[in-house]
Amino acid sequence: MKTGWTLDRDVQVVLPDGSTHSLTDYLVPSALLMLAALLLISSIFLPYWSLTLKAPQYPKGLKVSVYVNHLDGDVREVDALNHYLGMPPLDEGGRLERSMSMVAIVALGLLLVAGVFVHNQWAAILALPVVAFPLIFLADLGLILYRYGHSIDPKSALGGAIQPFTPPLFGEGKIGQFGSVARPELGLGLAFAAVIVVLMGLWYHRAAYKPLVDARKRVRNLAAVQQVA
Amino acid sequence: MSVATEKRTGEHWSDRYAGLLAVGFTTLVIFALVVWPGIWRSAGSSVQKPGVGLPADAATLAGERGLTSDDIYAALKTYMPTGQLDPYIMIASGGQSGQMLVIGIPSMRILRLIAVFTPEPWQGYGFGGEGDKVLKAGFVNDKQPLTWGDTHHPGLSETKGEYDGQFVFINDKANARIAVIDLRDFETKQIIKTPNAINDHGGTFVTPNTEYVVEGPQYAAPIGYGYAPLDQYKDKYRGLITFWAFDRVQGRIDPARSFQIELPPYWQDLCDAGKGVSEGWAFCNSFNTELATGGIELGNPPFEAGTTKNDTDFLHIFNWKKAEEVFKAGKVEKIGGIAVIRLQTAIDEGILYFTPEPKSPHGADVTPGGEYVVVGGKLDPHVTIYSYQKIQDALKAGGFDKDAYGVPIIPLDKTMEAQVELGLGPLHTVYDDKGYAYTSLFLDSAVARWALGGPYASKHPEPGWTLVQKLPVHYNIGHIAAAEGDTASPDGQYVVALNKWSIDRFANVGPLLPQNFQLVDIAKTGDQMKLLYDMPIGMAEPHYAQIIKADKLKAFEVYPEVGWDPGKMAVDPKAVTAPENARVERKGNTVEVWMTVVRSHFTPERVEINKGDHVIWHLTNLERTRDATHGFALSGYNINLSLEPGENQTIEFDATQSGVFTYYCTEFCSALHLEMVGYFLVKP
Repeated sequence: MKTGWTLDRDVQVVLPDGSTHSLTDYLVPSALLMLAALLLISSIFLPYWSLTLKAPQYPKGLKVSVYVNHLDGDVREVDALNHYLGMPPLDEGGRLERSMSMVAIVALGLLLVAGVFVHNQWAAILALPVVAFPLIFLADLGLILYRYGHSIDPKSALGGAIQPFTPPLFGEGKIGQFGSVARPELGLGLAFAAVIVVLMGLWYHRAAYKPLVDARKRVRNLAAVQQVA
Repeated sequence: MSVATEKRTGEHWSDRYAGLLAVGFTTLVIFALVVWPGIWRSAGSSVQKPGVGLPADAATLAGERGLTSDDIYAALKTYMPTGQLDPYIMIASGGQSGQMLVIGIPSMRILRLIAVFTPEPWQGYGFGGEGDKVLKAGFVNDKQPLTWGDTHHPGLSETKGEYDGQFVFINDKANARIAVIDLRDFETKQIIKTPNAINDHGGTFVTPNTEYVVEGPQYAAPIGYGYAPLDQYKDKYRGLITFWAFDRVQGRIDPARSFQIELPPYWQDLCDAGKGVSEGWAFCNSFNTELATGGIELGNPPFEAGTTKNDTDFLHIFNWKKAEEVFKAGKVEKIGGIAVIRLQTAIDEGILYFTPEPKSPHGADVTPGGEYVVVGGKLDPHVTIYSYQKIQDALKAGGFDKDAYGVPIIPLDKTMEAQVELGLGPLHTVYDDKGYAYTSLFLDSAVARWALGGPYASKHPEPGWTLVQKLPVHYNIGHIAAAEGDTASPDGQYVVALNKWSIDRFANVGPLLPQNFQLVDIAKTGDQMKLLYDMPIGMAEPHYAQIIKADKLKAFEVYPEVGWDPGKMAVDPKAVTAPENARVERKGNTVEVWMTVVRSHFTPERVEINKGDHVIWHLTNLERTRDATHGFALSGYNINLSLEPGENQTIEFDATQSGVFTYYCTEFCSALHLEMVGYFLVKP
């Protein structure tokens, strides 16, 4: 016996083919999938992405924080400034996404919880949308930013002087006297953390349930062989 | 074939997957390091350390400019680098400018003007907006327009004898009025004309919890704002002290809960409210117990001589808690719309007592704990210190002489604690945290630091009731202000000498000279007071000032919500909060305009009406950014508003002139500020 800690060492899980596994082997993937669901749901309350603008007359800077379901921060002031450039109000980009986001994220969380109860390879299919979610978020944000920089109203005060542009998804940019910094925020961090935890969960899930599936298969095959015999 | 191909009993999962776990957690850590936004913030570069390294040319520079080591000390004490904020804020009266000044201490930078009794266009006060209503409420008999005032003594609101930074009050000596300024936006919210009084001086002083704002009188007049010839001075003329009840929630004085006390016509002067042990009492000095009525042209002694004949005048001692009871019991007469406690009632009820004070006194300043009242001699080189305890002991003993009006006079030897000889012309006294008092010496042009006795004697090395130092100031000091210097716990640190004359201190700008505010360092004990800074006041003639800790002031950065009515301190339900709702509506001959204001446009930009229309015009500044103020000037109609972020204002006028007019933003708001304009077309 090797050193190490495990729950209820005296309890064994006996598979249909008679092989035994530790109880912990089955608790770990369930716990991880549920932890991932928790991380994902928590991320609703945190900003995913932010844009900070700095200019001499804004010593504290202007910051717009993007949450999955709303915008926060100096939206009003950024809109007030952007109207000179003929840019649409920030609120106009991603309205559909924001309206669906709460339902979608809760659904993703429920899929993960469902994965706890699916003891075969289909659990991975259920978890797949969660893995894709932060990537979809970033791709969508990129698209919104592209559209935003390409919807300049030529009738605005400075609209005629601005070439269409795509604001950077991450990193620094410059618009007039404003230096901008776009950066991911904690909510997106949690979503990515959820992805990692899901992948770990799936790994342990496979480690725990592959033997079960295999054992069942073996038992079935054995029964078929015996019947034939 | 055996079913049990694998047996893993006893083997632990963590052993199998240790490598994977390590990879997983490492990934998480790397992820956190790379993605965590806080990590990205760049560290500051080449920051100079404070307090290290005098520049190599400092000595040369000081030599060239003729600066002594004291000058360099003063410069280092007062210089304020860009972006650093003053720890204290001084609120000074503006005298006959009818305004107030807000000044940072120790930098002595003017931070802003507060329009109070005088229309002031930068703040859009009295040019069509809310200020018009405030000013109008202060007209005499609701008729006589007044467009100036003589502001004298600011009184910051107090809680438990400490400034609470919520409100400041100020009097208009010229017309006996009082104003309430809300320190959330530093704007005047209320002006009240004091009934029955033609002028006032001994205000404003607040009771320790701002239950009352005390407004003392000055020159006596026939009670009830009426007429009586001067030969009836003794019988018909009276002084009046007003106790204005303050409603903190409404932020307004409530005249219905306020009362006045009738006084002999002795020209009551400065007052102070008791605090600590003397809470519930108030003190005012007076300077015409001679009942002089002037008439130099008739061969009578002029006022300056007539009022200074007697060796003593009377310190008035009020039991205001008792007066409040008498008022609530209804033992009052309604005169000029306010409850007045008649003189006889005040005597009978034990509300009013006198004690002699050296001739032509000035100031009546209660010590931080409320134990003593200090009265300056003005024409006597002493300050006289009265003991509240002695006054109370004497009152218990009773058996007093009375003055001509029947007011009991407590003999001076029964009330006086001490007299300290300071020099010529002692006027006003403020206090610090080390048991010192500071008295302005008008004739000596000096600030006297002297040591208090009694419970204060242990706080300083000198014996109690002794002069410590006289510091020359330039020139003719009137009032004196100290950091929280008239509260229950003064801060020390700074005193400001409010000098009436500056003579040669500044470059000559013509025969009307600025006043000179001089900052004095009082941080060290003994004779270590030092002059730090001269500040010319070239737009006002301040009397008193108070200095409050800056962090007690909690002013709005912008109005809390868009559509804010600064009069009601709430959102105006009529305000338009989005340009889509801006519009012009006509009902008969009344045209109502709802206009939004934001960088760099008004919505709408055209307003077309007919001559003779009555115009109601609502304007809302939609901005939420600090300092994004817009003006609104309507040329030809004497209208100019200051619309601070979120502010809503309504103007109302008759379109008496036809023609083409413009309205434009008067506050330089943006690069396209000049383009922020609209046409106001009035068809003939």
